[in-house]
Amino acid sequence: MTASARYTETAISLHWLVAFLIFAAFPLGLIMSGLALSPLKLELVSYHKWLGVTVFLVAVARLAWRATHTPPPLPTAMPAWERTAAHGLHHLLYVLLFAIPLSGWLMSSAKGFQTVYFGVLPLPDLIGKDKALGDVLREVHRLLNDGMLGLVVAHVGAALKHHFIDRDDILARMLPFPSRSSRM
Amino acid sequence: MTRLFAALALLVAVSPHAAELSAVQLDKSSIAFVSRQMNVPVEGVFKKFSAQISIDPAKPEAGRARIEIDLNNIDAGSTEANDELKSKNWFNTREFPRASFVSSAVKALGGGRFEAFGKTTLKGKTLESRAPFTLKQEKGVLILDGTFPLKRLAYGIGSGAWSDTSVVADEVLVKFHFVLK
Ligand code: HEM
Ligand code: HEM
Repeated sequence: MTASARYTETAISLHWLVAFLIFAAFPLGLIMSGLALSPLKLELVSYHKWLGVTVFLVAVARLAWRATHTPPPLPTAMPAWERTAAHGLHHLLYVLLFAIPLSGWLMSSAKGFQTVYFGVLPLPDLIGKDKALGDVLREVHRLLNDGMLGLVVAHVGAALKHHFIDRDDILARMLPFPSRSSRM
Repeated sequence: MTRLFAALALLVAVSPHAAELSAVQLDKSSIAFVSRQMNVPVEGVFKKFSAQISIDPAKPEAGRARIEIDLNNIDAGSTEANDELKSKNWFNTREFPRASFVSSAVKALGGGRFEAFGKTTLKGKTLESRAPFTLKQEKGVLILDGTFPLKRLAYGIGSGAWSDTSVVADEVLVKFHFVLK
């Protein structure tokens, strides 16, 4: 396999940056939701929002990359259903990378607790304070997160299956260092 | 309108206190507060209060006010926050169910702006405070609007872990809006 079949460095950096941010924001979301109201909770909720807004910004960069690049083609040996599944899953993940932060932002406005990025940059409240709507958006935020959890498990499972069972280049071409390609 | 003026003029002629307005329209008045949590301004309201205010727009310096807030009817946005605010660390409403502001001196600052001097009592502690406000006459009513900062820690509000001002700022803005007839 040639070097051109790898994702570009930009794509790889953005992919892992988003993955890293989500692996921080997700458990933080679960932990803080379980806490009783306390200064710690207020702090964690703010950190969670800042992380989430950062995910949104990096997702914009990813989408810009994706709009201007074609990902490396999948191995020809890959069955059609797997290609379809991979594309579908990637599209859904992209959608969630926007939908989850958006739902969190709207929820915050509806709950009357504006999002102030890093404590300095207030994001506009697109909707006014509305308790009932806030509760709905909270449910939406949770459901989207549950959905993403399932998709990421499938995504990681697929990556590992390609690496250890199919023994192809799929994981290696998204890793910072092309381990399998260099071995082959 | 002319008739109203005529009536007012007559009243003024009859008694020196006649133009003084003192019927506070509670349903049109409000007392709100804005705290800063992690530098996010969060607004809440005191849903139940009583207010006796008398002020003569022609002689505001003689104005007097007595505001009492029923702290059990605080609305900070969520049941969780309301319960927390009623607890011992915050207002401790079981022991101190009311907050009050009593003023007997008003100073004109010019340009339709005034300042009420008085005593604020919160959580059993009484401190001197000043509340700047504006006066506006409109269709037979008088509107008092004002905002003033209150240092919560001076009254022991939000003690324990909550005294960390990097999470909840010491300064809380109190915003009042009274309509008098
Ligand atoms: C991709 C980024 C994000 C992820 C992965 C994420 C994940 C989560 C998770 C897992 C929860 C816990 C839900 C539960 O209780 O089961 C949560 C709660 C929450 N998230 Fe996010 N979130 C993200 C972005 C955001 C953003 C951008 C905001 C706001 C600007 C936000 C605001 C909130 C709030 C306020 C809660 C607490 C809801 C409550 O318990 O009342 N989130 N998030
Ligand atoms: C929250 C975490 C993650 C998200 C949101 C995510 C999202 C995505 C998306 C949207 C793509 C498609 C890129 C494109 O073609 O435009 C992708 C590709 C990929 N991801 Fe993830 N990913 C995450 C975590 C992971 C993890 C933990 C692994 C490794 C175990 C992984 C391995 C891969 C691989 C190997 C590809 C390339 C697939 C291909 O070549 O077609 N991802 N990821």
